[in-house]
Amino acid sequence: MSETRLMKGNEAIGEAAIVAGCRYYFGYPITPQTELMEYMAKRMPQIEGVFLQAESEIAAINMVYGAAGAGARVMTSSSSPGISLKAEGISYCAGAELPCVIVNIMRGGPGLGSIQPSQADYFQATKGGGHGDYRNIVLAPNSVQEMADLTILSFDLADTYRNPVMLLGDGALGQMMEPVKLEEKPFVLQEKSWAANGLGERTQPNIINSLYLKPEQLEAHNIHLQNKYQRIIKQECRWEEFSVEDAELIVVAYGITSRIARSAVEMAKRDGLKVGLFRPISLWPFPSERLFTLAEQTRAFLVTELSAGQMIEDVCLATRQMKPVHFYGRMGGMMPSSREIDTPINLIVREKEAVK
Amino acid sequence: MSSKLYAKPESLTDTPFHYCPGCQHGIVHRIIAEVIDELGVRKQTIGVAPVGCSVLAYDYFNFDIIQASHGRAPAVATGVKRVCPDSIVFTYQGDGDLASIGCAEVVHAAARGERITTIFINNAIYGMTGGQMAPTTLVDQVTTTSPYGRNVNQVGNPLCISEMLSTIKGTRFIARVAVNNPSNMAKAKAAIKKAFQLQNNGEGFCLIEVLSTCPTNWGMTPVDAVKWLEKNMIPQYPLGVFKDAGGE
Repeated sequence: MSETRLMKGNEAIGEAAIVAGCRYYFGYPITPQTELMEYMAKRMPQIEGVFLQAESEIAAINMVYGAAGAGARVMTSSSSPGISLKAEGISYCAGAELPCVIVNIMRGGPGLGSIQPSQADYFQATKGGGHGDYRNIVLAPNSVQEMADLTILSFDLADTYRNPVMLLGDGALGQMMEPVKLEEKPFVLQEKSWAANGLGERTQPNIINSLYLKPEQLEAHNIHLQNKYQRIIKQECRWEEFSVEDAELIVVAYGITSRIARSAVEMAKRDGLKVGLFRPISLWPFPSERLFTLAEQTRAFLVTELSAGQMIEDVCLATRQMKPVHFYGRMGGMMPSSREIDTPINLIVREKEAVK
Repeated sequence: MSSKLYAKPESLTDTPFHYCPGCQHGIVHRIIAEVIDELGVRKQTIGVAPVGCSVLAYDYFNFDIIQASHGRAPAVATGVKRVCPDSIVFTYQGDGDLASIGCAEVVHAAARGERITTIFINNAIYGMTGGQMAPTTLVDQVTTTSPYGRNVNQVGNPLCISEMLSTIKGTRFIARVAVNNPSNMAKAKAAIKKAFQLQNNGEGFCLIEVLSTCPTNWGMTPVDAVKWLEKNMIPQYPLGVFKDAGGE
């Protein structure tokens, strides 16, 4: 498929995974990501791939652990409560350094919450979610096209770093339809000499494991992981900027919220305000260095999220609170309008002007 | 001319077992290793180790091993087998791992008829954490979390996994064996070999339940533990073949 097609975000992830060479999908139904699972159920048999509906999210992530351990490109997807169930398995994947792609199409929480879009799993996604000192690479698309593109990138990053990658979307991105173009190109699968897929010609067994009973060994393993995470921080920060050069206020938003924030920023610019937008694409690693540089040249930040304020903590850390960091958020599946975000933009910028 | 009559199977490493005196994990490990050697499948075997006393199985088996999270070995094995359909994939799980926290995973692997083999070690207690009550703990049996004996009114009766799984259509071969004497060891080996052979033929889910001793947590000598197993466990968990779908 290389023609432009109108697809739901959830479906675009599925097709992109196939383009990336993923032939194994294990999942469990949960709104609002179920279309991805249904898409895989239809597509995988057509390309001699494996689709399996697991008995639970817990089983699904452990099937992923097994398939990744045997060297396959493998994916699972879920939505917030289901990701909580997968958290232990994700920690095991991180500990055993198994490359895999986990999709979270976020919905409102806590608890059973709602099935409406939310960004309240930012902490869970970027700070670990499961137990132990580990990191997932977390990518946050803001369009159906980017859901496809970042899915392909996710598989490459997972293999390159032997690390779980989480694609973090939300119910709006998963459900909405947009044109998407997927280039059908031959995928290159990296050699996985570490995989436990049977000795074959090897003489030394491959062991997939996260247990180190001796504290010296576990500390050494943790140091190895932390060194890898430092490499990832150095090499894999991704972001997008709009009109930040002379901005007195920079709005920081990711995912679907960045689309609304962009409209609000354009609205404010039409009113003559000097406003820009900074959109983290990789939520971990967080593009802190660039934000720090921007903090030196702007006067304030406005973070907007579909949560009570989670990414704002990373913005405060990145900018070392050199400049005021304001917040506007909605919760529980509520989406702000661009007018709604334009209001605090106006208030903050005009207040700064008054002070000036 | 001399000939070698008895040797360590190639499928075992030289690492000494860490198991307690009188524990029967070592016997079962050796049986599995002998079977894999005899079938000539060592180079295409992938074992899945549980959480429990046998968590270190990867130190003892001389083939590829994936260590799984608690109870999830059948799901992990499902992932492995789907990627490597021509390999021999087996899980090795204790009763806390399989019959308690991992009940859903083993039931659904069986229901799907996953072409894997599960070796289920039932010693009626949690070993590694120091002797707590398991779903398989006998009625009135004293453990650290049933200090007054297992009370049926409060925590119900022992779970009989082989009987339960044999009612599932996807299961191919289900047997319960013991390794309390040489004759039963031979029967256990025959059952385990059959289970691996059936997988090699591409047939459905097989589970071999092995009744095993835990002298340390039962608070007995190894000899007394074997006697206790014969007197108390075998009546509760009768030995035999519960399902042989090919032989029906």
